[in-house]
Amino acid sequence: MSIARNITDLADRYDLLVVGAGPAGLAAAARAADCGLSVLLADENPAPGGQIYRAVGTTPVTRPAVLGAEYWKGGALLTRLAQSRAVLAPSCTVWSVAPDAAVGSVEIGVSLDGRARLIEAAEVILATGAQERPFPIPGWTLPGVMTAGAAQIALKSSGLVPAGRIVLAGCGPLLYLLAGQLAAAGATIVAVLDTTPRRNWRAAIAAFPDFLRSPYLAKGLALMAKARARLPFRNGVTDLSAEGEDRVTGVRVTRGGASETIACDTLLLHQGVIPGVNLSNAIGCAHEFDEDQHCWVPQVDQWFASSVPAVAIAGDGAGIGGAESAALRGEIAALGAAQRLGRLSREQRDAQAAPIRAALARSLRGRRFLDLLYKPAARFLAPPDDATIVCRCEEVTAGQIRDTASRLGVTGPNQMKAFLRCGMGPCQGRLCGPTVVELIAQAQGLSPAEVGYYRLRPPVKPITLGELAALPQSDAAVKAVVR
Amino acid sequence: MFRPITDADSGASLNFSFDGRAMRGRAGDTVAAALLANGVQACRQTPVSGAPRGPYCMMGVCFECLVVIDGVGNRQGCLVPLREGMRVETQAGRRQPEEIPA
Repeated sequence: MSIARNITDLADRYDLLVVGAGPAGLAAAARAADCGLSVLLADENPAPGGQIYRAVGTTPVTRPAVLGAEYWKGGALLTRLAQSRAVLAPSCTVWSVAPDAAVGSVEIGVSLDGRARLIEAAEVILATGAQERPFPIPGWTLPGVMTAGAAQIALKSSGLVPAGRIVLAGCGPLLYLLAGQLAAAGATIVAVLDTTPRRNWRAAIAAFPDFLRSPYLAKGLALMAKARARLPFRNGVTDLSAEGEDRVTGVRVTRGGASETIACDTLLLHQGVIPGVNLSNAIGCAHEFDEDQHCWVPQVDQWFASSVPAVAIAGDGAGIGGAESAALRGEIAALGAAQRLGRLSREQRDAQAAPIRAALARSLRGRRFLDLLYKPAARFLAPPDDATIVCRCEEVTAGQIRDTASRLGVTGPNQMKAFLRCGMGPCQGRLCGPTVVELIAQAQGLSPAEVGYYRLRPPVKPITLGELAALPQSDAAVKAVVR
Repeated sequence: MFRPITDADSGASLNFSFDGRAMRGRAGDTVAAALLANGVQACRQTPVSGAPRGPYCMMGVCFECLVVIDGVGNRQGCLVPLREGMRVETQAGRRQPEEIPA
């Protein structure tokens, strides 16, 4: 492996660009390089690992038990990449991916060390992973309110935990895992407020036998039971709001019809993870609404190729499956790309993929139980309180969106964006898109699948005007604007 | 406010400033993590209402940790590694016309 630290270290063209150095990207890049492809693995973070294996090669945390055995498995993926011939570009932002079927290559806009450049790749694998599902409650914009994932990142990459009183709220495996990790690290957890709707058990129970056959998940269940026994869990939470003036000072919680305020210095929210679709959406890949996972996912074939030629999507970005499945999906996507580029015959590709597919099926067993059990309650997907901020960037409230959806009868999220500016801020809808869809669906009696999603466009990450202006221009591009 | 756990290497220390206040951070931390470790909860004001905001996702998604770094505005603090002597400032909200030099 070599490392590209400057924009000039990059070649003009690679066989394969992999975006994102989490489990899927690390595995895809190493596998593709082993197949003889020239590979660039670009990641916007300073170190590889993605979020699940965040800083696994550089973490200051010295006692392995604090982060748990699953975390340290990421080290093997880093070693494998290091032994491959792939090029790793850390702190490198991919802001545009533009396939050109006529030329048979993909134009990639990258930014590294404050400078932008356009390079080419024959194939692209998006391994941009997941983000936490937005959790819009009153007061969630107050400083001191963060996602559970944010606290986990601070712990993994910096050995930091919130000082003072911590409340965790929401549902899903990551929340319980983090509660255990924070407790092991010596943090003060005053409450874990569990919002898992009791009625979810009815839908999930049918998938329970399959879940029990998964050794990986059963182990997770044991960990969760241990955390529940030791930590101050409160189940059946039906309403939440964060309180405070210029920072969070407490959480108002309702359960069993009674409300109380719990004083805290930090509130950590989590209600599952969803694919980050900004790049795949901006490329024009077809997406569909997954009812079980209750989120938009890109459509992919059995080699994880998207609807757009030369663009594949591996890992949690193509549907939530967890770290182990992400790495396996990365391998299969790499084999698919290698075959399309003529480095593997179909027979070789299929033979190499067969054992990986078997492992993938095992790793996904029982997943559906988790999806159904931890599906968020309707009120945490579409906030009933009109004053709750939905678009954090432009400070657009649930009431404004509801009102605009019902009175003006907007045709969808894109018209809502034009009317209210929701989704037009720097996060480009990452933190409001799912909620806006939910509110429109509710107001108009439609399903999220019928409402659709924002139409996103590059650049998918901000770059400076200076970077754009300094890009080399073709003669044709210059003449197109000369009068 | 965040604090280091006892089971962590303290590592090399770096000097930086936030709104002119001298601070120390751990080499290897991002700007956003270093601010949290120094007790800074709010690092920007929104352009709409001027409300204070602080790091929310720490993974480049939410853009709440925007700060000015060495004079360059709207940098995502959670993606930028801390460097010796860095000058970090609050990302102010909307500017008024009279504040902009002619």
